[in-house]
Amino acid sequence: MRLSIHHRTAYRFSAPQARLVQMLRLTPQNSHDQTVARWRIDIDRDARMSEGRDGWGNVTTMLYVEGPVEEIAIEVSGEVLTSHSDGVIRGVAEMLPPGLYLRSTPATAPDPAILAWAADLRQTDPLTTLHGLNGAIHQRFEVDHGRPVAGRSAGEAWSRAKATPRDLAQIFAVAARHLGQPARYVSGYCRHADQEHPTPHGWAEAWVEDLGWVGFDPCTGLSPQEDHVRVAVALDAAGAAPVAGSRLGEGAEQLDVEVRVEEA
Amino acid sequence: MRAQAFDEIMGMAGRPPRAELDALARWLEATPAIELRRRQHSAEAAFRQLGITFAVYGDNEASERIIPFDIVPRVFLPDEWDRLSRGLVQRVEAINAFLDDIYGERRILKEGVLPSDLILGNPQFRPEIAGIRPPHGVWAHICGIDLVRTGPDDFFVLEDNARTPSGVSYMLENREAMLRLCPELFRNFRVAAVDSYPDRLLEVMKSVAPRGVATPTCVVLTPGHFNSAYYEHSFLADSMGIELVEAADLVVDEDIVWMRTIAGRVKVDVIYRRVDDDFLDPLVFRPDSMLGVPGLIAAYAAGNVAIINAPGNGIADDKAIYSYMPEIVRYYTGSEASLPNVETWRCREPEALRYVLDHLDELVVKLVDGSGGYGMLVGPTASREEIDRFRAALVAEPHRYIAQPTLALSTVPTMAEAGLAPRHVDFRPFVLTGTRGVQVVPGGLTRVALREGSLVVNSSQGGGTKDSFVLMADAGATQSQSQSQSQIQALRPDGGAR
Repeated sequence: MRLSIHHRTAYRFSAPQARLVQMLRLTPQNSHDQTVARWRIDIDRDARMSEGRDGWGNVTTMLYVEGPVEEIAIEVSGEVLTSHSDGVIRGVAEMLPPGLYLRSTPATAPDPAILAWAADLRQTDPLTTLHGLNGAIHQRFEVDHGRPVAGRSAGEAWSRAKATPRDLAQIFAVAARHLGQPARYVSGYCRHADQEHPTPHGWAEAWVEDLGWVGFDPCTGLSPQEDHVRVAVALDAAGAAPVAGSRLGEGAEQLDVEVRVEEA
Repeated sequence: MRAQAFDEIMGMAGRPPRAELDALARWLEATPAIELRRRQHSAEAAFRQLGITFAVYGDNEASERIIPFDIVPRVFLPDEWDRLSRGLVQRVEAINAFLDDIYGERRILKEGVLPSDLILGNPQFRPEIAGIRPPHGVWAHICGIDLVRTGPDDFFVLEDNARTPSGVSYMLENREAMLRLCPELFRNFRVAAVDSYPDRLLEVMKSVAPRGVATPTCVVLTPGHFNSAYYEHSFLADSMGIELVEAADLVVDEDIVWMRTIAGRVKVDVIYRRVDDDFLDPLVFRPDSMLGVPGLIAAYAAGNVAIINAPGNGIADDKAIYSYMPEIVRYYTGSEASLPNVETWRCREPEALRYVLDHLDELVVKLVDGSGGYGMLVGPTASREEIDRFRAALVAEPHRYIAQPTLALSTVPTMAEAGLAPRHVDFRPFVLTGTRGVQVVPGGLTRVALREGSLVVNSSQGGGTKDSFVLMADAGATQSQSQSQSQIQALRPDGGAR
């Protein structure tokens, strides 16, 4: 499938900022089932950018903007060719051993309610366990395609009837780790036919011995298909955040995100 | 119940003073207690005036106190020091090689020398900086290795400090006080000088500057004047003649670190930071950090700045890793550790936990990620309630604890209420690593437990400090660090990011 992606992130500040420094994780990498045909990041004002990698192996773009800045928009556009896969990630260089992804973070802390629930899902075969877990999370929640709530932990999301893709992926990670499978958060894009206000998507990956990293999308209860584009991974959503920013100045910020993912 | 402690000046009780230190013993005898006390007060008054204070944590008053100073020095003989230095160089070489490996290829895990989960599950192992190699491959530029002694030739490493070890200002200020107050000692003994420390540190800093920088700009980064070690930060910057900066003074632009000055921006090449990893860069570590410099890790990853000590070093001085240091030293240096560890039970291992729970009243139990004497149980002096509290904590979270025997720490005569009396001591020498190898500064920080019988030397728990004399062999010898210089073969000569 050839996917055309357009992703605009705009910040408006209530007072002019003297400086902005941001770290963007907005660049997908090639893998066996994903080829980046065209990709660019545009900023709507003077900015200096430099590319690098973070500890997880994600491509990063540092963005340095001198003030006064009252607003800024980061515009990402590109085309990615995806092929149908069984969810197994192939052809991606890993910086860290799978065992690292058994760790928890504040957002993926081992919440007792999640652990108690997950304990019943254990099967003899890890892959069956993980598919069962993915399906069970899918069935339990109604997906909320609104803007994710920054800083909401898996434990906090667990008690809700509706949860965002980010919440579901973090719940998956908490449960999978508890069942002994390394798991991580993936940020990226997904083409949803039925979605009114698309947002960047988030799902999960878990490590299965002899297979490698396998994707699981609790929003569908399935493994990611060719309508998914993988961009960044980390222990939780914050670690893989598309934009991590710091600003020098007073006042509040207003964030506006637009995403379009279409078949090209 | 405890074995008789070895006194470093007087030797064993009931025997004459150690022959080599007979002159010092005679000095102690000849100088009236009232005179020693007068000098001690004079030194403490000077420290108070300088503002060498520290804050006591967990104290509601958050009082600023000076650390008590004891006038009687602790002395190392030339051959003792040589052996000690060789062991320290070996240990620090291994620490550097370990850090280079663990954030790079991780051979030590692949070969099964260390259990992988010990590293990968350890919060001190920072995945955020995996794959970054510091300029010239030097990680632990400044190490403070805490040692204890139980006999003439028995030194043990109590813990490694490879993050931002503090206390070097006490080494320097204590010496200055001793030179002023007890000049006769320096006439009678050939004491190696420590005042070259700032110059040596600056040389180390310059040596690890990114390649192609002819005259590197070095700075000391402090969390600010409210930090308990602020005096030391400003003291070091001052004595090296470099700027003391706070995060707000630094900006990163296009992966280069700049310092704001009244004359405009100045590029910064080497940062001696006295700020914890968590507070270095809010884009990578704690996002709520006000102390950090946004973009600093990007500049570091791009190879444009050296950070002293390197981010991520906490994995090398973690107490859970400590118990594997003999294996780590053997793995990277190819020889046995010449400075042994204190015997350590890893409570994460069920058998060790069982032993520890059965012997809580004899052991010292420590949190693997605690410091400063907090979260510690000293079995022989603990109350029933304390022991019960630790027992519950151990059962709940065994992986967070290690336990060690209570050692008969050596003593040094110390000015007590009723006159000179033996008090237990430990020792923190400072070890510097630059591109030209590892060197041990001939001196260090001796901490003394001022309460009779106490084994806890931490300043937050009523400890004091002493000057530490390293005696030189003879007139022909230069300072002993020449023998302990070494090249770091374990580190590759090329710098920059991997």
